[in-house]
Amino acid sequence: MSIDRALSGTGNWLDERFRGAKGLRAVFRKLYPDHWTFLLGEVALYSFVILLLTGTFLTLFFKPSMTEIVYHGTYVKLDGVKMSEAYASTLKISFDVRGGLLMRQIHHWAADLFVAAILAHMLRIFFTGAYRKPREVNWLIGLVLFTLALLEGLFGYSLPDDLLSGAGLRITQGVLQSIPIVGTYLSFFLFGGQYPGHSIIPRMYILHVLLIPGIFLALIGAHIFIMYHQKHTQMPSKGRTNTNVVGAPAWPYFAVKTTALFLFVFAAVTLASTFVQINPIWIYGPYNPLAISSGSQPDFYMGFLEGSLRIMPAWQWVIFGHTFAFNVFIPALLPLGLIMTGAALWPFLEQWITGDKREHHVNDRPRNAPTRTGLGMAAVAFYGVLWAEGANDVIAQHLDISLYLVTWIARIAIFVVPVLAYIITKRICLGLQRKDLHLLEHGVETGIIRQLPSGEFIEETRPVSDEALAKLARPEPLALPAGRADGEEEVPARGMRGGVGRVKARLNKVLTESVPMNGHGADGRGNGHGPDEHGAEHARAAIGSPEPRADDSADGSGSPH
Amino acid sequence: MRSITLRRRHPAAGYAVVLLGLLIAGLCYAAVTGIGAASAASQRVSGGPLIAEGHYLFIAECSECHGLFSQGTPSGPSLIGVGAAAVDFQVSTGRMPAKELGPEQPRKVVTLHPQQIRALAAYIASLGGGPAIPTQAEVSPAGANTGLGQQLFVADCAQCHNFVGAGGALTYGKFAPPLTKATPRQIFEAMLTGPEAMPVFNDTTINPQQKRDIIAYIAASRTEPNPGGFSLGRVGPVTEGLVAFLGLLLFMVFAAMWITAKHGNAHE
Amino acid sequence: MSDSTAGQRPGDSEHDGDQLPGQSASDQGETVSAELRKRVIGTPPPAEARSMLGTPAPGTAGVPPVPRPRELPADPQNPLGAKRAERVVAACFVIATVAGLGFIAAYVILPVHSVLRVQHSNWALGLTLSLVFLALAAGAVFWVRNVMPDVQLTEARKPLRSTEEDRAAFQTTFEEGTQASQIVKRPLLRRTLIAASLPVAIAPILLLRDMGPLPRESLDHTVWRRGLRLLNYGGNTPIRPADFSSPGGMITVVPDGYQDDFNALAKAACIIIKFAPGQIDFTSANHPVPGKVVENWTVDNIVAYSKICTHVGCPAALYEQTTHHILCPCHQSTFDAPRGAKVIFGPATRALPQLPMTVDAQGYLVARHDFTEPVGPSFWERGTTA
Repeated sequence: MSIDRALSGTGNWLDERFRGAKGLRAVFRKLYPDHWTFLLGEVALYSFVILLLTGTFLTLFFKPSMTEIVYHGTYVKLDGVKMSEAYASTLKISFDVRGGLLMRQIHHWAADLFVAAILAHMLRIFFTGAYRKPREVNWLIGLVLFTLALLEGLFGYSLPDDLLSGAGLRITQGVLQSIPIVGTYLSFFLFGGQYPGHSIIPRMYILHVLLIPGIFLALIGAHIFIMYHQKHTQMPSKGRTNTNVVGAPAWPYFAVKTTALFLFVFAAVTLASTFVQINPIWIYGPYNPLAISSGSQPDFYMGFLEGSLRIMPAWQWVIFGHTFAFNVFIPALLPLGLIMTGAALWPFLEQWITGDKREHHVNDRPRNAPTRTGLGMAAVAFYGVLWAEGANDVIAQHLDISLYLVTWIARIAIFVVPVLAYIITKRICLGLQRKDLHLLEHGVETGIIRQLPSGEFIEETRPVSDEALAKLARPEPLALPAGRADGEEEVPARGMRGGVGRVKARLNKVLTESVPMNGHGADGRGNGHGPDEHGAEHARAAIGSPEPRADDSADGSGSPH
Repeated sequence: MRSITLRRRHPAAGYAVVLLGLLIAGLCYAAVTGIGAASAASQRVSGGPLIAEGHYLFIAECSECHGLFSQGTPSGPSLIGVGAAAVDFQVSTGRMPAKELGPEQPRKVVTLHPQQIRALAAYIASLGGGPAIPTQAEVSPAGANTGLGQQLFVADCAQCHNFVGAGGALTYGKFAPPLTKATPRQIFEAMLTGPEAMPVFNDTTINPQQKRDIIAYIAASRTEPNPGGFSLGRVGPVTEGLVAFLGLLLFMVFAAMWITAKHGNAHE
Repeated sequence: MSDSTAGQRPGDSEHDGDQLPGQSASDQGETVSAELRKRVIGTPPPAEARSMLGTPAPGTAGVPPVPRPRELPADPQNPLGAKRAERVVAACFVIATVAGLGFIAAYVILPVHSVLRVQHSNWALGLTLSLVFLALAAGAVFWVRNVMPDVQLTEARKPLRSTEEDRAAFQTTFEEGTQASQIVKRPLLRRTLIAASLPVAIAPILLLRDMGPLPRESLDHTVWRRGLRLLNYGGNTPIRPADFSSPGGMITVVPDGYQDDFNALAKAACIIIKFAPGQIDFTSANHPVPGKVVENWTVDNIVAYSKICTHVGCPAALYEQTTHHILCPCHQSTFDAPRGAKVIFGPATRALPQLPMTVDAQGYLVARHDFTEPVGPSFWERGTTA
């Protein structure tokens, strides 16, 4: 029996039970817009798949137990040392299971890549405005996924019960304990009593291999289904509008491309696991609550929390026999809280400010939303300063800078750098917009110089190509609802009244600040002379002559520009 | 601002901006690096014999900062009572003679040969006693218990020197140096005499056998291979995170760009 | 569309149990037309007609449907380039095959059970595995980009909002159902239902109660008590002041009998520091809580402090004998050791608690009594500023 017949026989068998032909055809024929930035979310997805595969392997050998044993295994440097079974089993995986170290390292590198890819993907969504209607729910799901990824990673690297991750657990416990009213109870319930107790490793284990992956599967499933159902966004380009999808079909194009991406992700983490050592727990030694090393940091994605703990000055209140340990729970809650709450509210805030309730399926170019891009970069800068401060002792040691000075620089930078980042980014965006506008108005310079009969030299331009035109042109921004005239006064529209309305109007003005792109003549043909406020930028057009260029003398008015 | 905007299309404008950026970054870094107070003096316990050569060397190499009679000056502490072991450590690692005052004396090229170092040590020991230079047998890690060494090391040493002695930052520009180059004798002497900011772990606090265990642990750590690949200096998650972003993520970005690039050979 | 033989429709008889394309040629076009053939006779076309299919009108029995216009070209536009690319793709796949076999060989041949052997095994297994994935990935990309024909299709997006009919139909169904459930009309039913669900909803939270004991007073005390000896951690030997005699010395100490008890050590671990005479300065003006700490808690210029940092609990163990500062490496809280371990930099808000010491009859260092304040990180119930 040939393959063809076997396949179609199977297809028929299934179809008779599931009526799948129409649905499956829709899946096969679905069009996927293509842009490299659209693959970042898939990188995260495939990292997750790799985590599942390698993680399952590890669960076959790992013992989630804090029972103390005396080690007499392969790693002779620690012979005779008392350690937990969790740590000993991790040593066993590393040194006594073929491929065990490779699987451990792939698992850890994939976890790092998972979070890095989520970050990159999240930033891409933000900077292109892909979180706008109808994708707000998916954005929120994404934020939950991000937070879960941080937790999952924290629990994962704490499972081997080594000195480095154990110190992190102690810090987590200290932070938990500092929470007002419920802190001590939370700590005792989580750890099953006093720190460290005997319960935390088995509890983290079940959270790490069962509960959180279960939630992940459900949420990732929802995230992808929503994307599938609403169809992916597309980048502004020729032929792509808000009411169509342009791309290649899933079968065979997207199927093969996405498989290739999966293989690349696997290749990348495997290469890293071959050539770059990660989490060498045998060097750290087993956990002991009275031991610590200099240069102790958590994995990078927790770095910003570590930095916020280090940056905070000593501040606490003791009132009526109770302690408000601001020095601990402010760093623990404020940066993450700010970023997550801000991110969660942003799509709705933006909708309120701009009054834009339309569906958006074409992405923005970041430069076309200067305020949004600036705000995003300010958030990135805020996160980045905290992240760097988390490594302050490593920075001090390797860059030969005084330890306290690094912290002081960070304390100032945390306020100054985000503001600077906002201003600089916004200015860059506006500058890029002006560059685009220039192209639209004047066309592309060809480098061909021509002499006119009058003796004047001009440079010829050609119209912008259709492809580029589609990319450069920006859709008209939505105006806020106008008021109506009522006698002498103008009554503002319903959402614009009162103090709130005035705030909204002002915020709208800031948020939509942009170089107007669609003015007279900005059609890519170089016909326009641009609005008058562009002054000096037109100096190039003609040397010494008030006449318009010969190739665009459509109006022939000879008006100066 | 007009002067800047008028010239912004000058061919050298881009280079000028880059140079300015580098200059600013360099000035900022120079302002913050290497800052720290000179280390303060510390007292030590005494003991040891006398040799004339050591005296001569002392006057030539050391007296300018430590005083003609080793009584100490504002530039350097008194060496009366520090012992031969301290001298041997400081000079055999090249830290002394110091070339400049700073928060910390780093290990550098040794300028005296072993015979001269022994003489110097004997001379200083003659001034007021202090810990003697340990013998080869006393410092040999052969047969020592690395497991015990590990427990002692993480309890009393790792907080400054890092899990396996990769070094760490201290306050005011000081640092605990990496232990990659120290010989067993130098490690023993450092524990015994507590150089600069390092605490003193005398033989009745950490006994010689325990010191040998610690030395064995350090030696085993620095000679053991890195089975997982390149160790990134054994710095830990900081460097791993950098590799994840600048290596893995960047690789994936390039892969994604290749996968989605337009116009393969089939078209055309 | 149901093709089961059970669902007999008029006119279907000639296609009874017709095994679909198993008999005929199996390419997709034929499958589609076979299905269409079954559908055509007597049955109306699908409600949501996909115009691309060219569904024939009802009643045109026995006429094969108009073939769909081809969407995807069968072959690449540049056959020569595609042929060259095919060779490249094949080479990639061959490399992957060889690497895969190499992986199996490396696994079977290379042993582990020593650090050096693990290093070699990791290299071999990792290299071969990476090569498999890399070669497969590269081959796949060359295949898509250079062997498959280049294609860009367009299709319309429908607005996501449901049609008004659908919304109305949903509204109707929901309302009818709600009415049929009687829940709105019968408050007794409704309210008792809500009342019934509340306790059982709390049950899962209640079941978590035994996850841990209540903290009560346990954070306020450590295992230190009168007469308990300080042991030099590691060797676990008791300490005489005469032994710990070098000014500038520091060592980790643990309570006698608890050297392996992590729960105890997480609060009871201490460091002792030896000062030269005159260096300790516990005058009231310098100490955070005047009069709280007195010099007779020290022995022979040896001071004992809790090793557990008061910030979030890392061991604060880094001692600089020149500046007399205790530095916690986690978040750089710095404590001034001669002056009661007062905080001079960093996020910690409280000095390290001092362990009151004395010597016992044999001359060993022992505790006088427990710390006079809770050790370690702050918590809500902690009432003192010390």
